[in-house]
Amino acid sequence: MAFSANLLLDLEQMFQYQFMQHAFEAGTLVAIIAGIVGYFVVLRRSAFAAHSLSHIGFAGAAGAVLIGISPVFGLLLFTSVGGIGMTILGPRASHRDVQIGTVLAFMLGLGVLFISLYTGYATEAYSILFGEILGISNTDVLVTAIAGLVILAIVAVVYRPLLFASLDEDVAEAKGLHLHALGIVFMLLVALATSIAVQVVGVLLIFSLMVTPAAIAQRLANQPWRAITTSVLVSLTATWLGLFVAFYEPYPVSFFITSIVFVLYLLARFVYPEIRPHKAHQTGSHRIIESR
Amino acid sequence: MATAGAVQPQIVTGENVVAGYPDKVVWRDANFGFDRGELIAIIGPNGAGKTTLFRLLLGLQQPMSGTIKMFNELPKRGNSRIGYVPQRHVIDSETNIECMELVHLAFCGHLWGFHLSSKVGRKAALDALEAVGGAELAHQPLCDLSGGELQRIFLAEALVSNPDILLLDEPLSSLDIRRAKELIQLVDRVVRTRNVTALLVAHDINPLLPYLDKIVYIANGKVATGKPQEVLTSERLSALYDVHVEVIRDSRGNVAIIGIDDTVHNHEHNADE
Repeated sequence: MAFSANLLLDLEQMFQYQFMQHAFEAGTLVAIIAGIVGYFVVLRRSAFAAHSLSHIGFAGAAGAVLIGISPVFGLLLFTSVGGIGMTILGPRASHRDVQIGTVLAFMLGLGVLFISLYTGYATEAYSILFGEILGISNTDVLVTAIAGLVILAIVAVVYRPLLFASLDEDVAEAKGLHLHALGIVFMLLVALATSIAVQVVGVLLIFSLMVTPAAIAQRLANQPWRAITTSVLVSLTATWLGLFVAFYEPYPVSFFITSIVFVLYLLARFVYPEIRPHKAHQTGSHRIIESR
Repeated sequence: MATAGAVQPQIVTGENVVAGYPDKVVWRDANFGFDRGELIAIIGPNGAGKTTLFRLLLGLQQPMSGTIKMFNELPKRGNSRIGYVPQRHVIDSETNIECMELVHLAFCGHLWGFHLSSKVGRKAALDALEAVGGAELAHQPLCDLSGGELQRIFLAEALVSNPDILLLDEPLSSLDIRRAKELIQLVDRVVRTRNVTALLVAHDINPLLPYLDKIVYIANGKVATGKPQEVLTSERLSALYDVHVEVIRDSRGNVAIIGIDDTVHNHEHNADE
């Protein structure tokens, strides 16, 4: 298939293929969800938790493959249980690293066992690790859509308390919010989002959709709602562009998605501070004056 | 203070309160009462249980024995009549969220559901920011603020629900003397103009002395409460703690307390309780 200058024609051609349609449908859903949930992940500094959940999902997916069901069910089960387990072991967001690591190591061990038990593992394991968006079935799209709606509904309900508890734990607690319950809800959101995002980028590259777009957004916007919108736009751009390029090039989609996100991150990190409109209030100088 | 001839009840009272955990009593036999519109300092060495007192008032922890009443009721979590500024030292340098959003969340963050911009909430947040002289900081990101500005924003966050009592945990600990003084004056102004009660945990009593109505001195498992000139005497503190305590005053009215825990408490320590 050759790329032509006529973009409309290219798209038309691309969408003749059902696997491309499915890829775009699932990719769009995943990008929206990951962009939203990712913002809370970044705000709560729970990147390690998100990363670990996806690896735990690997064990679940491997187990599902072993008993002959779709990997997404294994992912959902393991990430949910893992997420709740982590929250129960370490109730406060700030010092959970050790508990997460402990659960993570055990679950990865299980994953290794499942893989070794499964005889035809090579391609299946590969697609769990790095994503297989071009092999998405009708059922996968449906599962993704349902999971996506559930996530959106949960976020809509807990939006303000979760934001408050993520930003200012202590005051939120004093105001009567149940940090523990919110922590569990948050981990379930991450678990769900991770499970469906794995199809697109795989467990190893989950950061490219769950963390980096939100990290970019946090640099560009200082109101949560705007930051969430930006985060969604970034992950959508990367996913669509990645799929588009991968249609013409013989390299993995997830490579293109991760690369695009990374380039955007570099731009936001190093170029944006130079070109953004200057503010009267200057950073940093106050602390020097104060410590005089 | 009395309105229409009736004596207003104290808004916070404690009777024979014992605070701590099953395996460790932090302090015991505390009796205290705070009136509306008072500025009260809570002083004492690290780990003496100053924050514990706040946790009791917030209903986050129960007394082991004795009774605490807030507004004539037992303390309960999520009391909107309390504005709380916890002890914290830094906002993460990556937290790029504007001040307005934090103050706004303190107004409506306990509500379920979704509301992108409520007029009432915005107005309340702006009012609170104005009350602390922080209106011009409304759209500044939290991570760009200086220590003094941050404390003002935290104060606005506490004020936004229009509380009757403010609990301020070590608001001065990260500030230099001049900023600390500005913040004390601001708290004093808020106390007088809004007729709220403020309890302020501090390490150094001296910058606070001119403004205080009462002090609560917590050390060695005991609590002394009263007017500063009553509590801060060698006799009173020696009798209370059963060791020789000396309260020394210099010519400018500054006090130094010597003899409790072998520490002189008029120094700024790294607070980490």
